[in-house]
Amino acid sequence: MTDRSLVQIALFAALIAALGLAPNMAVPVMGGVPITLQNLGIMLAGVLLGWKRGSLAVLLFLLLVALGLPLLSGGRGGIGVFAGPTVGFLVGWIFAAALTGWLMERLTNMPVFWAAVVSAFLGNVVLLYAMGVPGIAIVAGIPLGKAIAGAAIYLPGDILKVVVTALVAQSLWRSRPSSVPSFSKRLD
Amino acid sequence: MISLYLSRRTWLHGIPAGVKLLLLVAVTLVLVPQKEPLVLGLAVAGVAALYAALPETWAAAWRLLKPLLLLMGVILALYLWSGQAQAGVLVMLRILALVLLANLVTLTTRVDDMMAALLPLFRPLALLGMPPRRLALTVALAIRFVPLLFEQLSALGEAWRARSPRRPYWRLLPPFSAQALGTAERVAEALIARGGADGFAPEEPTKEKTS
Repeated sequence: MTDRSLVQIALFAALIAALGLAPNMAVPVMGGVPITLQNLGIMLAGVLLGWKRGSLAVLLFLLLVALGLPLLSGGRGGIGVFAGPTVGFLVGWIFAAALTGWLMERLTNMPVFWAAVVSAFLGNVVLLYAMGVPGIAIVAGIPLGKAIAGAAIYLPGDILKVVVTALVAQSLWRSRPSSVPSFSKRLD
Repeated sequence: MISLYLSRRTWLHGIPAGVKLLLLVAVTLVLVPQKEPLVLGLAVAGVAALYAALPETWAAAWRLLKPLLLLMGVILALYLWSGQAQAGVLVMLRILALVLLANLVTLTTRVDDMMAALLPLFRPLALLGMPPRRLALTVALAIRFVPLLFEQLSALGEAWRARSPRRPYWRLLPPFSAQALGTAERVAEALIARGGADGFAPEEPTKEKTS
């Protein structure tokens, strides 16, 4: 791993944290469900950096949280969050970023916007929910069906974030292609 | 960077991080499959007694617990709604005991000590090109980057608000990401110019260019 990748990993771990510290956006179209930008950072890590650096950035972010830095949205942190009901989502973030990045690296013959939509949706919505929702069901001991119903209120927000991630990737790809290393095979 | 660590020393600060973490793992392994109300009640009582002996931690512990309460309320409501009040209370007791205990470890362990204790778990990352020495450097870089990026994001927000009455929503993210990647580029160059992550054995300059 080059020194440059190392710095990019550190930077994206910090970016995920910085987006979590940013004030929550209440989105008017969704009846004011607060939307944290934190998992947008997770999506961006996978989409922009590819599977390896993306998942390492997420892993590093979770390590910082475990070390006791209050970097999860809402100022949460410490090892206690890994004992809470949302642990499946936290661990799932690593795999979500990996799958998103892996897909992004392979969909280079699609337009960048759609490649990012497909990658982020399959990685950060389908796979992430598949890991996070059973996590809630197990920790809380509730039936899976109820956990799914409870998680469904976050679905519109997450789909919105997939679109935003794709818009960011498209804008970066057009204005500064080197910012999207996951997609850069296309430059060759 | 502010951490959750409480600088006011208590007797719990004196116990080595590794010991605290191992005890936490042991308690977790006992409590997770536990269905006996008596044992879970005793666990909560034990954790409560620990907190009672450590009044210095109360304010910080409450801040950490507060965001979890809403979710726990929803879960408890689900149990009550399906008429399983007892099962619901047991789940609440288990989550409370584990989270409160883990938070206590976080509050009384310095980030450096926690890092030293957790580092062995990250040994396998050497296979992905991230030996412990590089990991330590990456952690330090990330901790420094958090306030830097937050400043950059705030500056973009101020620039936007100075020019537009509308909210920026997602529009700050492309410049923010581009700026962040530019920062990574400059820091990487500075790092390489000073001998790279491995200290005095810099990588071949040609190798850096192709990456």
